[in-house]
Amino acid sequence: MAKILMKGNEAVAEASIRSGCRLYFAYPITPQSELIEYMAKMMPKVGGVFLQAESEVAAINMVYGAAGCGKRTMTSSSSPGVSLKMEGISYIAGAELPCVIINVQRGGPGLGDIQPAQGDYFQATKGGGHGDYRLIVLAPSSVQEFADMASEAFDLADKYRTPVMILADGMLGQMMEPVEFKPAKTQEEIDELGKQHNSWCICPNEDGDKKHHHEINSLEIDPNVLEKHVNDLYAKYAVIEANELRYESYNVNDDNEILCVAWGTASRVVKSAINELKAEGKNIGLIRPINVWPYPYAAVKAAIGKKVKKVYVFELNTGQMLDDVKIAVEGKVPVDFWGKVGGIVFTPAEIKAKLEACFTKEK
Amino acid sequence: MKTELICAGFGGQGVLTIGKFIAKAGMKEGKNVSWLPSYGPEMRGGTANVSTVVSDEPIASPIVSYPDILVALNQPSIDKFGESVRAGGVLIINTNMCPKGCKRTDVQIIAAPLSDIATEIGSNLVLNMITIGIIIGKTGLIKYETMEEDLNSFMKAKNPDLLAMNLKAIKRGIEIGKQ
Amino acid sequence: MEIIATRPESLTKTPFTYCPGCLHGVAHRLVAEAIEEFGLTNQMTGVAPVGCSVFAYKFFNFDMAQAAHGRAPAVATGMKRARPDMHVFTYQGDGDLAAIGTAEIVHAANRGEHISVFFVNNAIYGMTGGQMAPTTLPNMKTTTSPYGRNTDDIGFPIRVSELLATLIAPYYIERVSLLSPADIIKAKKAVKKAIQYNKEGRGFTFVELISTCPTNWGLDPLKSRDWAKENMLPFFKVGCLRDKGEGVE
Repeated sequence: MAKILMKGNEAVAEASIRSGCRLYFAYPITPQSELIEYMAKMMPKVGGVFLQAESEVAAINMVYGAAGCGKRTMTSSSSPGVSLKMEGISYIAGAELPCVIINVQRGGPGLGDIQPAQGDYFQATKGGGHGDYRLIVLAPSSVQEFADMASEAFDLADKYRTPVMILADGMLGQMMEPVEFKPAKTQEEIDELGKQHNSWCICPNEDGDKKHHHEINSLEIDPNVLEKHVNDLYAKYAVIEANELRYESYNVNDDNEILCVAWGTASRVVKSAINELKAEGKNIGLIRPINVWPYPYAAVKAAIGKKVKKVYVFELNTGQMLDDVKIAVEGKVPVDFWGKVGGIVFTPAEIKAKLEACFTKEK
Repeated sequence: MKTELICAGFGGQGVLTIGKFIAKAGMKEGKNVSWLPSYGPEMRGGTANVSTVVSDEPIASPIVSYPDILVALNQPSIDKFGESVRAGGVLIINTNMCPKGCKRTDVQIIAAPLSDIATEIGSNLVLNMITIGIIIGKTGLIKYETMEEDLNSFMKAKNPDLLAMNLKAIKRGIEIGKQ
Repeated sequence: MEIIATRPESLTKTPFTYCPGCLHGVAHRLVAEAIEEFGLTNQMTGVAPVGCSVFAYKFFNFDMAQAAHGRAPAVATGMKRARPDMHVFTYQGDGDLAAIGTAEIVHAANRGEHISVFFVNNAIYGMTGGQMAPTTLPNMKTTTSPYGRNTDDIGFPIRVSELLATLIAPYYIERVSLLSPADIIKAKKAVKKAIQYNKEGRGFTFVELISTCPTNWGLDPLKSRDWAKENMLPFFKVGCLRDKGEGVE
């Protein structure tokens, strides 16, 4: 299939439909509006459900209901809207329902602004909703990757019966890049995907079958039962941590003098700076976590070569992934941080200057 | 080879479209491309801009610090981005909307009354096509044929007169670019 | 020996955990019987709320979901959209539906979602221990209105059925009472009608059931029914507010 020039918001919507998502519930918010608009336009054409909910809260609870029926279900929003969804996400995690949530992040806190930011890293990777639970969190850095993650997210959600979040930002949502789509799943394939959940999901009691009574539920009033439930959840998360680590190594080699760690949009700007400095004979590597939960701690640690004097973290926030990098580095080398907030994306020139300063200081 | 372009002007002048056509043509010619708009309230009436990168290599940052080409359709665009153009780069100025112009001497400046020329060709709306023509004529970043094919694909059947006007505008731009 | 009454097949064997004299058991039974009478047990699914009936998902003998507080109509919307071949109802109390879930019920009704809602109104939050509900009557004492509901301060009780009847989409809205055997027979008719319309895919159906809370009202079951007849029914008048099937608009 030929490449199409598309906005990230539209590309991820198209890819979701191709992945077999036929149920989408959302509420409008900038900068993800193209996503909901694309779904409004395309879902009826494939016989799917598009429903503009009365609120973010209603949207995520519609997801709870539809995902409880074992069907590929999605919602999307931007930061303030995702905060409102957190109640529902906690219930979905507790009830172990597969679904996909997209956050096209913008500047915060509060109403913030509508420009790209990475300020929801803590919310996405450390909780956000109440109680002990985890989300698998995928962090794209290009329109192609954003689109590819739609099917990956649905596959992971189905495999582990868990909500999966794609943590993008306004820049990825708004920018256009060429994107190549995987073939769309056929109705037969989609039906088959749904059937894998028939042992637990809400579905009719077929005549003649042994009667089932499935409960979609996060309530366990007996503390001992709830304790077991949470422990079971964390046993599942341990499997995810073992199997689903993903990261990109960029120019990582034995002669690196600095190791950068950056994710999503920020990582692309850092790559440009690394390329320019490489031309000037400065050797800098980058680890880009692709999944930010589970986090590739061991990969970050392993990438610290003998000549690395500093690990430098760049984010579009005040240093949220920084904590994870510090855990990974285990104090072996100093960890430095620089970021921009307010929805301002740093430029290659700014990152280059920060990295150059590391070299001049030494001399 | 990597070319970074910023197009800037008032909302409604078609700056985002210029970037989009360049990115689309670059993609059709097998290059890596990115198109990053400014978005938000300023898009309606204020100054809009778009960063477009066309590159043989995978594109790292779609954010452009130092453009190789700046299209400035109004004065605020020159004031904002004029100094950032790489030395030896190209600066395309619409003199109708840029009374103060640009004082840079280390860049190649193409200054023309683009609004007047557009009106002369038939419509203000073809200003963006003239600009694309200038980029083609001056830098060869994309090919005329790619543009023609693209416009044909969605205009030929629906509105052949508009297609003719757009192609005329691109050709006129190429002439200006080559001067 | 002739069996003249038995547990409906659409209820599980799990014993109800409601307080003595509570009418939730009666309401559950009415819903379950209606489902069974229309032969829908195998295609039925429901949503339990947060409140006294939070465990309703254990009592109905088919697949059930339990929803976050007030969100049952949104959850039911997702279920019905995902499985249009199934029939969906919610079972909610007044705190759940008329306070924290106001937006969800109004918009589900306004969309004309093809679901049935059974709304049990006893003018109080039962499970959390007798706090003031949006349906608590003027001057009625609760643990959070210890001097009586002051309407100057907190407003008047919400008549949800009347509120929803201002919307165009709902197909059927009726308020009934569970306060006497005769009332229960009438209530059964309303519940059956809602399930029938649900089966026929007519649209949004809503039955409000006026009930009691002997425990938190501090009255024995019979006295609490008398109190409700004297105090609730004048404010929450029983009757059909909308029945498009019978030409009541």
